[in-house]
Amino acid sequence: MARSSKPKAAAPSFVLIATVFAGILVLVAGVLIGVAFRDQAKGVAGSALGAAIGGKFSLVDQNGNNVTDSDLKGKWQLVFFGYTHCPDVCPTALNDLSLALDQLGAKKSEVGIVFISVDPARDTPDVLKSYVESFGGPIEALTGPPDAVAEAAKDYKVFYAKHPRADGGYDMDHSALIYVMDPQGRFTAAFTPDDTSDTMAARLKKLVG
Amino acid sequence: MRSTLLALGAGLMLSCSAAALAQSGDVAITNAWARATPGGAQTAAAYVTIEAASGDRLTGVSTPAAQQADLHSMTMDGSVMKMRQVDGIDLPAGKKVTLKPGGYHIMLTGLAQPLAAGQSFPLTLDFAKAGARQVTVSVQTVGAMGPAPQAGGESGNGMSMPGMDMPAHH
Repeated sequence: MARSSKPKAAAPSFVLIATVFAGILVLVAGVLIGVAFRDQAKGVAGSALGAAIGGKFSLVDQNGNNVTDSDLKGKWQLVFFGYTHCPDVCPTALNDLSLALDQLGAKKSEVGIVFISVDPARDTPDVLKSYVESFGGPIEALTGPPDAVAEAAKDYKVFYAKHPRADGGYDMDHSALIYVMDPQGRFTAAFTPDDTSDTMAARLKKLVG
Repeated sequence: MRSTLLALGAGLMLSCSAAALAQSGDVAITNAWARATPGGAQTAAAYVTIEAASGDRLTGVSTPAAQQADLHSMTMDGSVMKMRQVDGIDLPAGKKVTLKPGGYHIMLTGLAQPLAAGQSFPLTLDFAKAGARQVTVSVQTVGAMGPAPQAGGESGNGMSMPGMDMPAHH
């Protein structure tokens, strides 16, 4: 009896231990997942990625003046990479940003727009000058030697690549996020091309204060 | 894709007959519009809404307003914007297909002149079944996200405020 009952008793206790152990695992996993999501909820700015966006660069603006990252400090900056031969997402973004700034009232002067060309071969300072003047916002348009542009794009984790067209021309694939940098040049938030000017303005009002 | 309509000046303003033509046959084309180009821009995007009652396929486009006109898709691959030329756009029977910012567009390359708000230009659309159809594209503001308001709106005739390049609300 005892022999046969021992294994019987052992089996439930093994099951119990295994269940408790599994339960602990689930709890630990749950806590870990919770922590991960809580961090995510803080936004990209609180993560390592946020800290890594932005950096030193030296480019030329639409008036031919040299501009570095430190020249952009002291104001909030909305940084967008694009090119003037882009017919759709770039004009949309620059127009939306201009309209968003118009909603900031007195705070408008504390925010600038930075348009960095990923197509420096075609986007000379002169080309950029007439291009950005068509939008309402205070846009600093930057270009420069290809390696200087590449350096700036690398700082901002921006991808861009030339895509040849059948007619011999080319388009540029490029990251279309808009980075919100604080007056100290720190990455704070990002807008996507789907964000409307109203959405951008609402978020900017909270950030700029 | 090269335009055979190289008529200058007057050729840019054939509106009434084109509008009538656009409604004939099996394909209805409405809301042909484009954005004014920012200064110095050599490309532009034009958009239309097409409904093919029994299904068709848009196979090509041409216009005297640009050296080249192509059908393009615009897609987001993660946060990366990609434009690609496409051979055609399928038009399912009875379903409106709208080319619009952030989606398919008619890419105009090598503009004969900048597009200014209030202007218009002819655009020929080639369909697999319905053949060639011409429409008049009205040019909206630089940042417009859609065609001008239709009848009932304050600027429904598309002729108001020529030359105004103010950003548009959306």
